[in-house]
Amino acid sequence: MKRFVVQNGWTIGLAVLLGLLLIVTKLIQPDFGLSGLDSLGRASLPFALATLGMAVVVIAGGIDLSLASLMAVCSVTAAVLMDGRGEVAAVPIVLGVLVLGACLGAVNGSLIVVSRVPDIVVTLAMMFVWDGTALLILNAPGGGAADWLRGLIVGGVVPKSFIFLAVVALGVWLPIRRSKLGLMLYALGSDAQAAFRSGVPVKTTKIASYAIAGLFAAFGGMAVTMSTGIGEPIPGPYLLASVAAVVLGGVSLTGGKGGLLGPVLAVFILRLVRLDLTLLAVDPNVTVIIEGVIMIGVVMLGGVLALRGQRT
Amino acid sequence: MTDQGADAPVLDAPILDASGVSKRFGSVIALRDASLRLMKGEVVALMGANGAGKSTFVKILTGALRPDSGHVRIRGREARVGSPAEARRSGLVPVYQEPSLIPDLDVSDNLRLGDTPVAAFRDRVDQLGIPDLRLDALIRDLPLATLRIVDLARALAADPAVVLLDEMTAALPTDLVERVLRVMRAEADGGRSVIYISHRFTEVSALCDRASVLRDGVTVGDLKIAPGVEEKVVELMLGQAMDLTSITRARAAAAAAGTPQIRVKRLASGPKLTDVSFDLHKGEVLGVVALEGQGQDELFDVLAGARKATGGMVEVKGAPMSFRHPADAIAAGLNLVPGNRAGALLMSRSVRENIALPLIAHPSHWGAIAMREEAERVAGAIARLQIDTRAQGEVRRLSGGNQQKVTIARWIASGVDTLLLFDPTRGIDVRTKRQIYPLVRELAAQGASVLYYTSELAEVRLACDRVVVIFGGKVVGAIDAADADEPTLMRLAYGLAGVPA
Repeated sequence: MKRFVVQNGWTIGLAVLLGLLLIVTKLIQPDFGLSGLDSLGRASLPFALATLGMAVVVIAGGIDLSLASLMAVCSVTAAVLMDGRGEVAAVPIVLGVLVLGACLGAVNGSLIVVSRVPDIVVTLAMMFVWDGTALLILNAPGGGAADWLRGLIVGGVVPKSFIFLAVVALGVWLPIRRSKLGLMLYALGSDAQAAFRSGVPVKTTKIASYAIAGLFAAFGGMAVTMSTGIGEPIPGPYLLASVAAVVLGGVSLTGGKGGLLGPVLAVFILRLVRLDLTLLAVDPNVTVIIEGVIMIGVVMLGGVLALRGQRT
Repeated sequence: MTDQGADAPVLDAPILDASGVSKRFGSVIALRDASLRLMKGEVVALMGANGAGKSTFVKILTGALRPDSGHVRIRGREARVGSPAEARRSGLVPVYQEPSLIPDLDVSDNLRLGDTPVAAFRDRVDQLGIPDLRLDALIRDLPLATLRIVDLARALAADPAVVLLDEMTAALPTDLVERVLRVMRAEADGGRSVIYISHRFTEVSALCDRASVLRDGVTVGDLKIAPGVEEKVVELMLGQAMDLTSITRARAAAAAAGTPQIRVKRLASGPKLTDVSFDLHKGEVLGVVALEGQGQDELFDVLAGARKATGGMVEVKGAPMSFRHPADAIAAGLNLVPGNRAGALLMSRSVRENIALPLIAHPSHWGAIAMREEAERVAGAIARLQIDTRAQGEVRRLSGGNQQKVTIARWIASGVDTLLLFDPTRGIDVRTKRQIYPLVRELAAQGASVLYYTSELAEVRLACDRVVVIFGGKVVGAIDAADADEPTLMRLAYGLAGVPA
């Protein structure tokens, strides 16, 4: 039990922080209830899905700067294909877009493996490529989406957006985490040389990490289309927000450490802070400054606590 | 009878047979004609001076590199291996100098990664002397010696036909070394073949059946281990006969007179270093001998300004000093050559830059660099140390011995008052060692003081004037190097005999 708490201290801390923030929100806005949670969940969904993808890549020792642009490509592809087609036709389209996302992610990974150019450079370049691709497919917000898709994430006794997120996250990550691929992702991020020598197929594993990120990006792009009903060719502010949530969520940018629950909790923390500051009518410009300060503060506090833990 | 005729060669066939292996990197020829034959149950030492091509040969045997020509056959099958994973499947499992374990995973996850059977692993770990190892312990929390044992146990648990141990014992305490040698001998008697790479002759003669010697990329000899073979091996490695006693020492005559260069009084820091005092005079080489973890790391860190003392004091030329930053220590003339070369060098920069760094790393020297003066000093240091500069563009591409020379060269180029050498010959071949001892003596003769920690007791008489022995954070003996034979040092280092300091 004690070991569990020590090993998952960061995540538990984040959960406590999230709980406190929910209470604060309720205090500021006494009528914050189910509908408030519902809209919070829906607004957070693309952020959370982008963060999941980013977390996987970062755990495996990489970083994907093209993630938000990839979401845009998936969003517009889905919206254009679904526009004017029926409810049933949307099913193969959705599945196709998910496969597309994974494939485009694998393209990122393959380029890194083949060219041996650092991840950050390749994905920066690919960010521009995917940006352009999204605009070629749809040069202004438009297209359509099947109604049942919107129904997946709106309303519910427990807000459906949370259920949707949980099903996607667990459905993708749990089988991976429980298999050798999960170990290999952590091994690669922790020490690529040692992983190679331990017999890990490092190139395939790297490509797999980007493919998984691409899959989450496709879900994220779909989430944008699902909640708005249209395709959005200009990427939202998901890239840096996802890096922020990954760091705040206890995933080390040097790779090999952390999980996916922490980053998701961090997404909701960052969204709630923003909501609370808005409710308190704080100047939006000040809001972003406060968000930055909170991030540095929390990560620094984590470092101090970790040092204390080592000493005792 | 034909059956027998057909069977006999198979029984005698070598488990591993590499011959005519060559490899070049650009214009540098690393291997010309390397070969190695290994029979079932045989332990062969692979020996060679640094830069002889040993590391390249190991990489080819383990599948990390492809040879340009020649072949490697394992159990009679051509092993065109492309990765460590494939080499493993073909029956050769290496244990590298640095453990190849994943730091952020626990022991059992590391085993799972390579499909290592846990029960067999447990047995090996018990045999190797760490029965209380926790399988859920995170690799990064385990000490280095334990990691090497875990790495070895993992390799053996996979039940390979051949294990390759590359400087396996370099960071192990003596009792674990003995365990490893005993277990490996038992493995060989049980039919496993072992390739053993080590610079330590005592281990090679205790464990190995044969020694295969590599020089300048060519396998120049294959000797049976027998009494007196060491000299023959050294001769083959160096390409010429070398007299072990030819190193003469010009002792600093009036060393004890006057104010000492460095005076350490009752120094304490952390739990390990409790009470160390000594004087280091100008022109003197003072040896430091201690078993692993007796406070010597802390002592050197404090003197180099990387760690704060919690008690006692350090005087430089009679003036008390306290260092808050390594730059303070360097300004006071104390220069550290750390045991871990990687911690001292800029691995991806050139030899020249690495040597020149201390010349320019002072704020008062910021701004334009005196190019010509720097070039002269650096060239002088390179020539003096005979650094092999074929691969000078990036220090990481130099052999270990040449890297170590660079760490010493930088302080020679910038002029040195006091040199703190922490195990400067760890993992270095005989030839380079023989170049380092006279160099240390020469520095002392020019008036530098040298504090010389070594894990090889024989070095004390070759390089030092006096020696202090530390045990349990305290100086337990200070003796003249002439009296410092290995049994005496060993007894002191184990805290067995009290010689008044």
